[in-house]
Order: sequence, then structure tokens, then C-alpha cells
Amino acid sequence: MSGIVGWGSSVPKYRIKVEEIARQWGEDPESFKKGLMLREKSVPGPDQDTITISVEAARYALQRASYVDPGEIGAIYIGSESHPYAVKPSGVTVAEAIGMQPDFHTADLEFACKAGSQGMFLAWSLVDSGRMKYAFGIGADTSQGAPANALEYSASAGGAAFLFGREKVVAEVIETHSYATDTPDFWRREHEFYPQHGGRFTGEPAYFHHLLSCARIVMEKAGMKPSDFAYAVFHMPNGKFPMRAGKILGFKKEQIEPGWVVPILGNTYSGASPMGLAATLDIAKPGERILMVSFGSGAGSDGFVFETTSELPALQDKAPKLRAQLADDPIYLTYGQYAAFRGKIRV
Amino acid sequence: MTVARIWRERGRRYRLEAARCKGCGKVFFPGRLVCDKCGSREFEEIRLSDKGKILTYTVIRVPPPAHTYETPYAVAIVELEGGGRITAMVADCDPEKLEIGQNVRVVFRKISQDGEKGIKFYGYKVVPA
Ligand SMILES: [Zn+2]
Repeated sequence: MSGIVGWGSSVPKYRIKVEEIARQWGEDPESFKKGLMLREKSVPGPDQDTITISVEAARYALQRASYVDPGEIGAIYIGSESHPYAVKPSGVTVAEAIGMQPDFHTADLEFACKAGSQGMFLAWSLVDSGRMKYAFGIGADTSQGAPANALEYSASAGGAAFLFGREKVVAEVIETHSYATDTPDFWRREHEFYPQHGGRFTGEPAYFHHLLSCARIVMEKAGMKPSDFAYAVFHMPNGKFPMRAGKILGFKKEQIEPGWVVPILGNTYSGASPMGLAATLDIAKPGERILMVSFGSGAGSDGFVFETTSELPALQDKAPKLRAQLADDPIYLTYGQYAAFRGKIRV
Repeated sequence: MTVARIWRERGRRYRLEAARCKGCGKVFFPGRLVCDKCGSREFEEIRLSDKGKILTYTVIRVPPPAHTYETPYAVAIVELEGGGRITAMVADCDPEKLEIGQNVRVVFRKISQDGEKGIKFYGYKVVPA
């Protein structure tokens, strides 16, 4: 058996409400709250980035799998579209901060919002093949939407880390699939601060086509149907898309809701479906199946079928759960504070 | 802070690596060559706890340029569980609401950067626990 042996999530303390952003641009907040099912989003502090968020998530994962010697972790793959450096790996800083150095494999990954799930697949594959005892797959982002753009209401910050191993597995990987095509729905050129997106083009041929195809194929490979799952986690660029995808596939709202953290978190890009999975592992019971399907623009989806084990409950309270972190006394920012924090204005 | 110094000190700045005197057990952060309590020159490497209490703090209102967006902020001396003291910025809080004796936990944060083109410098801060 191989799969997840430890997990952790990290979300910044700062938030901005949809009303505060809408007020700034003379927009109607209700259209974002009802239309996209977004209430507020996380904002990284001036001292937080993909590296610091990854460190906290990985430390929580190790707090859960406390028997693991970090020196035995053979690889760490961090997926993000906001690695702090254009050239210099995030993986080495995170690895040193958790004590993995110097015998490990790393390289940073980028695939819009699915680089984190790709990192999870690589880490699991290395462990499942017997190549190494443990490996980390992490998805984290501190993404930016251009001021007044629709993405500004959702682009948020956070991440989740998954430690894979073959013993004391809490969630076994039953099946995986990946589905990708060259679809230019969203991109950011080098030296550009904000991404560009193809407007209405981003929905049907990009998110829904790839995510639904990947979900159907991974369920078919596993010989399972929606009713075989206790939970489903789909990439959450907003509140509406994952709910609609679930409905099309035949999932009930109750299967999606535990991992549906986007209304109070925002879209954490590479961290999005991994954080949904983390929130689900925080509350799942032994012997339950979880379907997770990411989506990254460009475009592709990674699908995983997990089944939880009797090892899971003992680890759930050993580190802060995602929903507890979200509820823990958030600090609300004005648009001005937010703009300064995010480097949108220079004071 | 030079790039060479950031690199050299990463063990203590990233992982709170400290030294415990083999003679009397006193904990030093950063480590040193001779124990000022018992004179021993033998130490073992340990990692300090990530939990502690604020011994004292001050609020910075006129910051160096790198911390403009965090001002006002507090800098605290923190006594860690199991021994060892660190001086650290206190993040994610209103500095007016801090109290001596308050529980904090150590977090990994960006401390500063060498301008727009230089290295980013990471290390520890504390946040209210
Ligand atoms: Zn001594």
C-alpha cells in the first residue's frame, strides 16, 4: 500500500472581503457573491510567499507524521505559479527549513493551478515504485489578479503539503490519471506582473472539458461511480465552477462541501484542490473514498482516487485543521492596505 | 546582511539550531566556543522549541525601509520551552494588544530582501499562539 502518510495546510491570517474590492471599483458585490459564490479571500502578509506557506504546510504534515525523520524524505516538489524567484528553486529553502538537507531530489514545478497536484503525483510515484521511503508534494501560491479584473476577487494565498509513504498510510492512492491539451485559456509572460486570460473561453473548453474528462476517466479506471465516493474535491477558481462540475458528473452537494473552502478562502491556484483535499482529510473517517481532480490552465487536470485507512483519525488533531485556521481570528484589510501589501501601489 | 552571512547562518535562522553545554546544560543561541557558566568547550547541537512566551517587547514605529508595510510592528525577546531565547519580529498581530508573558509560536517568514534584484532573506518570526 502507498499513499499519504501526513498532510498539512497553511493560510495567511489576512483577508479582504468581496464588498471591499467591489466598492473600490464601483462594482456590485452581489454579482460576485451570488454569481461566483465568493465572500472573502486570503491575502499574504508582506512577509509571506510560496516558500513560507510551503514551509508551514510541510511542518504541519510532519507534525502529523511525527515519527518521520526528515532525513529520510527523498524528494520535495513544490508546484506554484508564484515561486518567489524566476531562477532559484523554492524547494531547497523549504527542504532546509524542515531539515531534509542535503540528500534529496527537488525541482520547482509550474502548470498554472495544477502544478501542486502534479508534484503530488511525482512524489507518490517515487514512493510507490520503491525508489525512496518518503516524498513531499506541495501546492502553494500567492497569486495576483490585475486591479479591477474579475480575477482580483478570487486570487488568494495558501497551500497544502502531502507526505507520501508506504507504511502507516492514512489515505491510499487507488488510481490516478492526467489529461492535458494545448489550450491557451490563461497565461502570464515573463516579466509581466499580472496574468492574461481568454475571457469566456476559460470555462467550457478549458476548465470543464479537462476536469470532467479527467474525472470520468479516473473513475472508469478505478471501476467506480460518483456514489462510491464519500467526498469529491474539484479545482475551485470560484465557488460556482466546482459545484457545477460536480452536478454534471452526478455528485451531490454534500460530497463536495467538506473540501469546498473557496467562498471564504478564494482561489489559491496550485494550492486550491490540494487545500480542498487537506480540509477533507481533516474530517474524513476510515474507509471513505475521495475523488480529487485539479485543473491548470494551459490546460490539464490531474485526477486521484484515495481511500482513507484506520490510521487517519489519530493524526487529524495533531496539527491545525484548515477550517480552524480559516476561522481563527482573521485580520480584515482595507483595499489600500491590501494594495500596499501586494505591491500594487508604492507608498 | 551579506549573502555569505545569510548562507552561513541558515541552520539557526531556518531551523533554530542551537548548542547545549555538555558541562552544565546551558543552551546557547547562537552557539559559542566556551560556556560562560561552567567554562566547558563541549556542546551538543539541538533544535529549539517552536513554542515560547514573550519576556519583553518594544514597538517599532520608524522602521528600516524593508518593513514599511508592516509598521508599527513589535520586536520581542522570547523564552522558548526547554530553554533558549530568541529576539524576533512579532507578525500577524496588532502590536498594541501584545502582553508580556503571552504565548507565541515560531514561524518561518521572509525577513527582508536585498533590494528589488537581490537575494530574499528568510528566517524566524513569532506570532501569537
Ligand atoms: Zn556549561
